[in-house]
Amino acid sequence: MKLYFKYVGMLLKSQMQYKASFIMTTLGQFLVSFTAFLGVYFMFSRFHSVKGFVFPEILLCFSILLMAFSLTECFVRGFDVFPRLIQSGNLDRILVRPRNEIFQVLTSNMDFSRIGRLLQSVLMLIYAIPASGIVWTFDKVVTVILMLIGGMAVFTALFVLYAGISFFTIEGLEFMNIFTDGSREFGKYPLSIYGEGILKFFTYVIPIALFQYYPFLYLIGRSDNAGLMFLPLLGFVFLLPCYGFFRFGLRRYKSTGS
Amino acid sequence: MRKYMSFFRIRFIAGLQYRAAAWAGIATQFAWGGMTLLMFWAFYQSGENSFPITFPELASYIWMQQAFLAMFMAWFFDNDIFDSITSGGIAYELCRPCDIYAMWFTKNMAIRLSRTILRCFPILLVAAFLPAPFSISLPPDWLSGILFLVSILLGFLVLIAFSMLIYISAFYTISPMGIRILATSVIEFFAGAIIPIPFFPEALQPIMYALPFASMQNTPFLIYAGHIRGIEALQSMALQLIWLAALLIAGRLLMKRALKKVVVQGG
Repeated sequence: MKLYFKYVGMLLKSQMQYKASFIMTTLGQFLVSFTAFLGVYFMFSRFHSVKGFVFPEILLCFSILLMAFSLTECFVRGFDVFPRLIQSGNLDRILVRPRNEIFQVLTSNMDFSRIGRLLQSVLMLIYAIPASGIVWTFDKVVTVILMLIGGMAVFTALFVLYAGISFFTIEGLEFMNIFTDGSREFGKYPLSIYGEGILKFFTYVIPIALFQYYPFLYLIGRSDNAGLMFLPLLGFVFLLPCYGFFRFGLRRYKSTGS
Repeated sequence: MRKYMSFFRIRFIAGLQYRAAAWAGIATQFAWGGMTLLMFWAFYQSGENSFPITFPELASYIWMQQAFLAMFMAWFFDNDIFDSITSGGIAYELCRPCDIYAMWFTKNMAIRLSRTILRCFPILLVAAFLPAPFSISLPPDWLSGILFLVSILLGFLVLIAFSMLIYISAFYTISPMGIRILATSVIEFFAGAIIPIPFFPEALQPIMYALPFASMQNTPFLIYAGHIRGIEALQSMALQLIWLAALLIAGRLLMKRALKKVVVQGG
């Protein structure tokens, strides 16, 4: 753990070397999600509600999802650019070192410019917390925290899955964007608005609804079932098959040479 | 002209090689378009009759957008061009007996067109056979269809002329990442790639339509969908022409200035 923080510090320092570029990129990241926010805002200034959800509620949902996503993207970036590790042959260097390979992939790359996105989600959350009209009792606060943790677990699993697939094919990885970028894009609205089928898919196949939709119902008082607040923890179960798949790929890995 | 045609051909044929990537792209864009339509469907079902555009029109717009994504995606840049500027390879390009602006322009056209050709037909075909409100429909009449064809070409050229400015900016900044991401999000937003321009607040719309970004994907797709017709369509196309001319001139001038004092990086 101490070693991990040492790596975090090192990567942070190295990215701070190019300050102007870092600030521009961070600003850009902020702007990207800010335009997404404006899109939602314009839709709501015209329509006022969607399937009974009003603007502050949507913002709450959007900000929690975006926060989980940007934190994951920042720290799990190593898996996001994993195909590059394979192509460059750097994965071989990792495999011969006497440390856990997951740890090494995690510490091989972090992208702190994602803070731009994080900032956007924090601002939205600050606005939505009072505006949503929720009475912030202890269990509601816990619900939000669990949603965040569960979200990070699911997104991490998706990135690991993505890395696992890249053992077998470099081409066609674009398809995974539906689940990573797509869930960030479409998860800003509670998944139920897309209809029953989509909600089922995102519950049982890619379990995004587990942290985004069901606990959210409890959070905004649509449901009194307090059990819903612990559903995000099931997201950790999703890590298992994804990690398993990654191990499976790793065992069949043949170096690309260099 | 012939040398630019061969640049075009080389890039175009190279672009056609990535077939597996194209299939993945088709699947991604299809899912993306479907989810976007379902999202709008939820809004349309929630009642209130303040729809700026009918749902079948919107469906046509979204599917056209997905089918021709490779033509209009703002985040796509030819990394070879950036590399040639930041690494100094530009020196070789300067030695060639041809105009760099025109060369980069044709290369960009070729790579985007080859990707579009691989992807657009399957998407359009499947989108045509979807159940009623979600399917893409034909343009309302022949005239709209013809205007659309001219307009999509103009919009395509406007987008490339604009992205040329960003390539040129790399002469000044050397690290193009920041400008790239800033420009990308501005273009995407104002071009109507995030939500179509008719959904913007009424007060903003005149400004939005006047900006060069609306002359990219917005005009041809709205003509196709039948949202703008006749005289109105011709007016927007005139605006496309004006912006195209302005951006081409601006790009040429900036390029000339940049090349006068270009510092070749590295050795």
